[in-house]
Amino acid sequence: MEFLLAILIGLLYASGLYMMLRRSLVKLIIGLILLSNGANLLIFLLGRITKGKPPIIPEESYNFLDAYADPVPQALILTAIVISFGLQSFAIVLIKRAYKVVKTDDLDQMNSTDEFS
Amino acid sequence: MLLTLYKLMLIAILTGFLFSIFLVFAGKYLKGRLAILSALVPLGLFVYFLNFSKRIANGEVISQTFEWVPSLGVNLGFTLDGVSLIFALMITGIGFLVFAYTAAYLKGHEFLDRFYGYLGIFMAAMLGVVLSDNIISLFVFWELTSISSFFLIGFNNKEEASRKSAILALAITGTGGLLLLAGVLILGNVAGTYSIAEMLSSKEVIADSAHYILIVLLIFGAAFTKSAQFPFHFWLPGAMKAPTPVSTYLHSATMVKAGVYLLMRFTPVLGSTELWNSTLIIVGATTMVYAAIHTIFRTDLKGILAYSTISALGVLVFLIGLGTQDALLAACVFILVHALYKATLFLVTGIIDHETGTRDITKLAGLRKVLLPVAIAGILAAISNAGIPPSFGFLGKDLIYEATLHFGNSAVLLTILAIVTNILLLYAGFLAGIKPFTGKLPTTFEKVHLPSFLMWLPPLILATLGILIGLFPSIIQGSLIQPAVTALGESGSEIQLKLWHGFNLILALSATTIGVGALLYFIMKPSQKLENGIAKLEFIAPQTLVEKFGFGFGKFSRFTTGLIQNGYLRYYVSVIILFLVILTGYTLIQNTKYVFDYDSFSVLTVYEVLTVLVMIVGILFTVFTKSRLAAVAAMGVVGLAISLIFVYYSAPDLAMTQFSIDTLTVILFVLVLYKLPKYLNFSDYKVRIKDGVLSLVFGALITVLALEVLSEPQGSQLTDYYAENAYVLAKGKNVVNVILVDFRGIDTFMEIAVLTIAAIGVFSLLKLRLTSKNRR
Repeated sequence: MEFLLAILIGLLYASGLYMMLRRSLVKLIIGLILLSNGANLLIFLLGRITKGKPPIIPEESYNFLDAYADPVPQALILTAIVISFGLQSFAIVLIKRAYKVVKTDDLDQMNSTDEFS
Repeated sequence: MLLTLYKLMLIAILTGFLFSIFLVFAGKYLKGRLAILSALVPLGLFVYFLNFSKRIANGEVISQTFEWVPSLGVNLGFTLDGVSLIFALMITGIGFLVFAYTAAYLKGHEFLDRFYGYLGIFMAAMLGVVLSDNIISLFVFWELTSISSFFLIGFNNKEEASRKSAILALAITGTGGLLLLAGVLILGNVAGTYSIAEMLSSKEVIADSAHYILIVLLIFGAAFTKSAQFPFHFWLPGAMKAPTPVSTYLHSATMVKAGVYLLMRFTPVLGSTELWNSTLIIVGATTMVYAAIHTIFRTDLKGILAYSTISALGVLVFLIGLGTQDALLAACVFILVHALYKATLFLVTGIIDHETGTRDITKLAGLRKVLLPVAIAGILAAISNAGIPPSFGFLGKDLIYEATLHFGNSAVLLTILAIVTNILLLYAGFLAGIKPFTGKLPTTFEKVHLPSFLMWLPPLILATLGILIGLFPSIIQGSLIQPAVTALGESGSEIQLKLWHGFNLILALSATTIGVGALLYFIMKPSQKLENGIAKLEFIAPQTLVEKFGFGFGKFSRFTTGLIQNGYLRYYVSVIILFLVILTGYTLIQNTKYVFDYDSFSVLTVYEVLTVLVMIVGILFTVFTKSRLAAVAAMGVVGLAISLIFVYYSAPDLAMTQFSIDTLTVILFVLVLYKLPKYLNFSDYKVRIKDGVLSLVFGALITVLALEVLSEPQGSQLTDYYAENAYVLAKGKNVVNVILVDFRGIDTFMEIAVLTIAAIGVFSLLKLRLTSKNRR
């Protein structure tokens, strides 16, 4: 499964980058989301995956009695998911406003402030 | 009293800077009638330096050191000897007259205070150059003169020609400054000291060092650019765009002589070698003849004076190159002679320009009738320039011929070159000093009137000095010239400056010069035709070549900047990723073992494979669909599949979060979707292929990296710590939650703050009402 996951992560990174390189703002954000999903999975995979052993201490015990999944990457990813949601929602609303003002979602028509002629 | 004079040296040099700072605050009060008060600054300094002349005449060398950056061997060490004193008196004395002259010349100018400020900076910097003993501080002051010159040339900054000339001058002299820095650093390294005085004792060490040639060439580069030697001379005529007081002060009397000063100063340290002498003779001779010939072709008074200044600088470099005692003596005298008559001619030109509105020599005539004192000054200066007895110039010319005549094998050739130069310089001097005042006064100039005495007195004083010193050379013989020659390392016989040497060859040469020159003046008439003729050769002039190079370089950098900094964000992203792929990929290919421990990987089950397949389809669909709604939906599917993977692999909290966030994102997307334009495909086929290949390679790199990391053993003490203490310390059984809210509680708190800020942002963006006024 690790092998499949690694390929899947590669695919997420590739598609995320490809979408970020498009000129449409919507595609840029979709690319960003795919890329952050890929990053989350990468952290998850590199923390080693374990089946059916969530990091929850059993009842009547102070400690783990059995093997358990690594809680540290999970804590990291949880933070990352939430933060990226903040970013994404802001970006999505921003596109909407930007489109209202400049009437385009073509990035090339929005770069007039630092256009080099 | 003398002790305090010592101590004052640093303050004396810095006075100009202090004066400029003072002007920043009090400038507006000094713009009007009080402007003349500024002249007190250089006057005070002149008197101060004059105080030392007796001590210098007695052979003393006054030096003083202040620590600046002792750890680097850089200090503010000042030495006042004969050479420095000549320069210091010229800087402050002519400075005084120029300051006074400016008060009338730029009367009522909007930025008069600024002008005085730049002049003050320049004066201080120039004093620093000629008094510094430490070569690093000499370099710093040297650069300051270039910078103040830049501001002064570009003083009329509304004219494009002024700005262009200022930049050209800065480019040339600034390049020279860099060469000087390199030169002094290497020199300091070789000599083991940055003090010129201490270097004198290690002359052999420097001459035998492997870097000697390099040092000399770098110093030459600095001196030749600053003193406008061929082929770096062309910035000087351009610098004449500056107001005339600047041309007088910086670009004829003082700053352009900084290069000459540098060569003089280093003559005892680096001089007396074949390389040193021959190079200086060749460059100096080329410059003096080349620039002197150029004067014939000019019709602008300032242009004529600019080229005759370049020629005179060539004479000075040439004399230093000869290097004999006679030649160095001639150089010391000629510096003073030139400063006196050339400053006069510039000031006279300034008055003519100011009163008649033209500097065209073909139009000017008969002005003696309306500008008598100015005419007297101009004619006296022309006499000194021509070397007609009993002027100071006659003395200077005699010494030059004496130096060339006694120079071994090439005496004849060198003397002929000197005579040709002097004849042409005489012609130029007559044009500038005599031609505008003789002949019939054109009717257009009949209403010209004499300006304030502040303008005509300074040139008259300088011109009179030029005759007086000629009559009584003993005024400067012992007090200035003798110590200067001694400082240049020639402690030979005592010097006698005399007007009359009896009938000899030198007198005959002088007479020939004057005769031929005067004849030339009566035969040749400057005309526009001649000027246009020489303009045809401009395409091979050094200036044209440098400008072409500058233009081409600008074009080249615009091209590369446009290529790299094209303003497209995605282009930057591609470049960054490309380099990442190449660099990381190279390392990976070099070091990867490609041995995977498949046994340690978990076993595949059907539902896992199905989930992964769903994700792959979802991703491909997101990328390739033509419908935006479909893309967003497919992206949502990918997110949900990820939360399934979290479920399979023991991360229930993650699964919950991913599920809810993914849903929210899709909903938000759909909410704003209908407002957006059509889902367009902007890029063409080729670009998509290119981006696709880059993306795939990048993805493959990440995959390989992930597999590489998986093949390394894992070890984390952090995990064990949290597992053991989650319940014991934090009374929680879900370790992920305990980490988030307890162990890393502050982090989570910050995260909430970030989310709140994002929420406020979203809210205000949604509520923002752009009125038509500020939407523009």
